[in-house]
Amino acid sequence: MRGKAHVYGRAHINTDEIIPARYLVTDDEAELAKHAMEDLDAGFVEKVSPGDFIVAGDDFGCGSSREHAVWALRGAGIACVIAESFARIYYRNSVNNGFPAVECKEITKSVADGDELDIDLEGGSIRNLTKGTEFSFVPIPGFVFDIANAGGLLEYIKKG
Amino acid sequence: MGMTITEKILAAHAGKDMVRPGELLNAKLDIIMCHDVTTPPAVSMLEKRGMDSVSDPEKIVVIPDHFVPNKDIKSAELAKRLRDWVKRHNIPNYYEVGRNGVCHAVLPEDGWVLPGRTIVCGDSHTCTHGALGAFSTGVGSTDLAAAIYSGELWFKVPESIKFVLGGTLADGVYSKDIILEIIRRIGVDGANYMAMEFTGPVIDALSVEARMTISNMAIEAGGKSGIINPDDKTIAYVRERSSDDFTVYTSDPDAEYARVMEIDCAELEPLVAFPHLPSNGRKAKDSTDVKIDQVYIGSCTNGRIEDLRIAANILKGRKIAGGLRCIVVPASTKVWKQANAEGLFDIFTEAECVVSSPTCGACLGGWMGVLAAGEKCLSTTNRNFVGRMGSPESEVYLASPATAAATALTGYITDPRDFLQ
Repeated sequence: MRGKAHVYGRAHINTDEIIPARYLVTDDEAELAKHAMEDLDAGFVEKVSPGDFIVAGDDFGCGSSREHAVWALRGAGIACVIAESFARIYYRNSVNNGFPAVECKEITKSVADGDELDIDLEGGSIRNLTKGTEFSFVPIPGFVFDIANAGGLLEYIKKG
Repeated sequence: MGMTITEKILAAHAGKDMVRPGELLNAKLDIIMCHDVTTPPAVSMLEKRGMDSVSDPEKIVVIPDHFVPNKDIKSAELAKRLRDWVKRHNIPNYYEVGRNGVCHAVLPEDGWVLPGRTIVCGDSHTCTHGALGAFSTGVGSTDLAAAIYSGELWFKVPESIKFVLGGTLADGVYSKDIILEIIRRIGVDGANYMAMEFTGPVIDALSVEARMTISNMAIEAGGKSGIINPDDKTIAYVRERSSDDFTVYTSDPDAEYARVMEIDCAELEPLVAFPHLPSNGRKAKDSTDVKIDQVYIGSCTNGRIEDLRIAANILKGRKIAGGLRCIVVPASTKVWKQANAEGLFDIFTEAECVVSSPTCGACLGGWMGVLAAGEKCLSTTNRNFVGRMGSPESEVYLASPATAAATALTGYITDPRDFLQ
């Protein structure tokens, strides 16, 4: 996967920031996408191109369980979130949607806003093409790939 | 080697004798709770995939609460989708407006929470029900859909972090202050992925409602759950509300914990979590220069009858500060009726507070007291991230009902001990 990094170096980027409650009256991904990160960075939606990444600090996605956060980011064109660590419910939501969530310590120190990244999910590495550096990330558990390959948790558990 | 209460409950629901932290398992679910924001998307997902069935309607409890009575057309459409789904599948346990409340207040109140049960809901504050010795955790809409469809969910067995609460709480200091202090000490991800287990003489001395406040905010430290081993108080509480069978699990003396933290509660003072993290606790008495525009007393954290009594006791015979709004939101229909019967509404309305029907309301910036830019609200709720209660340029301060009532009287953050005899 190759794309541009949008860096939010702060820890605890929470789901109220990713998608404020006033937009939870809809579950339409295209509609939610228009408001992704709105209170944190009003220019986010404009500057993201399909296939781009978010790079963030610790505890990404903390707070409310709203899965709308995953849908808003995916709908806005984000292909993968790379964070130093993830909050639990957000991580589950991401896994269940087959939407890659990559845990990589110190990533915010190694990537600047706008850097071009190449991510090898199965190989477990990220190359910063702009800086010419490479690093590995916490291996993604096999069952997470199983869910992603099935197309999501519901496809994975569907009987018959 | 012994197991924690959390490990025991998960093992029992996965058909295993023993489990260790880190292990993945599928656990059968006893209760699947559904509210108006996260359930309609779950239902749509199932419909789209030809999976529109319900594994066991008896285990599903549907309690619309976030945006009800509906605040706008889109919220009404969400509530209608929920209602239509309930009818379509003949789900018996549905709490219409007029019987409903904040889901985490209604569920234990109506006897759905029993020791040893596994409970999920599409809501982060599902950890509340750990206060009655259940394994209870929040999930998103896809997990909720999977739970509805199959009656079970995958879990990774969490490590447990044990909190031993010793000493005695001073007057004016409440369980809200305890949990704000815990979060202050360990941070908003200090218990990430872990089961928080609350023990000790202070827990023993707390009422069941007061314990719920603590378990409710486990998620604010990143906790997967916030559990309290059942005792006589737990049993008495549930027996008044349910005649169903249940199993009491308790942690073995030789259970293993990732961390044990002792807290001397005698040292605690009323706290206020300043914007914009629940871990940002400071002493109320040191914060009296902060002018407040709105006080909000309610939510699944502190909207129960004991909370309203504490607030009413301080507000009695007084009026709130000029220029300040105070909004009281009883957390359930039962709490509403009881508060009314006890004359608490007379106290609130004489003080010039507003009394709402039960709802999540402004806790998440939904309605019933949303904030404009530049406004500050002190509330008994659980989260104060940027924009939580409205404008991203508003501020939310978290506190106990006593601190909230005292603050409403002066118009500035106030230590409630100033008003206690």
